[in-house]
Amino acid sequence: MRKVFLFIKQFFNLFVFVILQVVCLVLLVNYNRTYEGLYTSYATEVKGLVDEQYNNVDYYFKLKRANNELTQQNTALMQFYFSEHAGADTAFETFADSLMRDSAGKYNTIKVLPAKVVGNSIFEENNFIMLHRGGRQGVTRDMAVIGPTGIVGRVVDTSANFCRVMSVLNRNFKVSAMLKKNNYSGIIEWDGKDPETLLLHNIAKTAKPYKGDTVVTSFYSGNFPPNVMVGTVKAVVKYEASSFYTVKVTPSTNFFTLQHAFIIDSENYKELKALEQSAPEHP
Amino acid sequence: MSLIIRNIIRFSLFILFQVYVLNKVPTLHQFVKPYIYFLFVLWLPFKINRFWLLIVSFLFGLIFDFFTATPGWHAAACVLIAYVRPFLLNILLPQESTEITYAEPSFKSMGLTPYAVYLLLLTFIHHAYMVFIQWIQFGNFWFFLGKVTATTAISLLLIIITELLFVRKAKYKTNLA
Repeated sequence: MRKVFLFIKQFFNLFVFVILQVVCLVLLVNYNRTYEGLYTSYATEVKGLVDEQYNNVDYYFKLKRANNELTQQNTALMQFYFSEHAGADTAFETFADSLMRDSAGKYNTIKVLPAKVVGNSIFEENNFIMLHRGGRQGVTRDMAVIGPTGIVGRVVDTSANFCRVMSVLNRNFKVSAMLKKNNYSGIIEWDGKDPETLLLHNIAKTAKPYKGDTVVTSFYSGNFPPNVMVGTVKAVVKYEASSFYTVKVTPSTNFFTLQHAFIIDSENYKELKALEQSAPEHP
Repeated sequence: MSLIIRNIIRFSLFILFQVYVLNKVPTLHQFVKPYIYFLFVLWLPFKINRFWLLIVSFLFGLIFDFFTATPGWHAAACVLIAYVRPFLLNILLPQESTEITYAEPSFKSMGLTPYAVYLLLLTFIHHAYMVFIQWIQFGNFWFFLGKVTATTAISLLLIIITELLFVRKAKYKTNLA
């Protein structure tokens, strides 16, 4: 027994080193597999507060661009709103519908929460964004995040007042997207190289994508509502051996100046996820 | 200023500078990523206990990791260089003088060449280990080689600039007191 203690004492530092390394690697592996925040929500809150201070300064330099983007989005929404309600039957309605129900009696299943971007990384291989909205405002994990001009990411971690969003510019981010002109869908991913290029995989050759085509989220995007702008086709990569194209897409969201984002709370997605979890994997 | 207070200030300054200045710099290329935060580990005093050296480096890496949302990645590299550091110092420090007369590693306390070797080797080990972990996840051999070379070069450049800008007063400790 004494020899065991002597042995431990002799190689004490080596043991400490090995234990710490194992702890680090376990943290790293678990994090990358489940994409979950391992730190407590307290740490997210602290990081959010520091980021907010930094953003207070940074915000002024990007104010003009942010304003322009929001005005553009407002214009688009106005257009949409008026075209929806200008029909002959609903011309008498002058009040806003507070019941979240449209004139055909259908309920709106999507709720939008506005959020301020307080922290944003672009130049890593795995980028994350901090938003000033958290559990207290009703944000939960896996909610979709879109910006004024296109998709931004997905919520991975929340604290009381802040949440961490996995940006589209993250190697672990995946979302289904389609060509707007003919609804052929594929998977949007990012290869970690250029923040100005996303990759749209598995587009069938019959889809005939051309440079400049619009790419939007598809009907299988889960937490994202369909027809949200993703970007425009930059180039088409052809492989002779495959019957699919890989399409390079310029993201429509400007991640460099992003200041405002909207968190999408989709009632349908919660139900879909609950169903997926309750169903047996191998029936 | 006592050694502990000075190192606590360095701890926070290195993290904040790396996160809010260097990580915001637009990258020229995927390989070129400016890193300097690990200089904190290289600047820790000579006389620190090896056990505490490992613990402090681990905490430093983990807190930095929190800011970049990569738990364990930088911490693993920091722990590795903290473990290698005492062996390297043993080899590089002049053997004639039995007592160490300066507080922490610097050009002045170690001499120009030994300190340069010390910086180069630990920077290289740090980046090689970090990029190696990345390589396991994705990338190929050329990614590994290119990124290690480029980041080591840019880190050394940054360290030299830091050493020139912030001249540390290396106190000569006499045995009289």
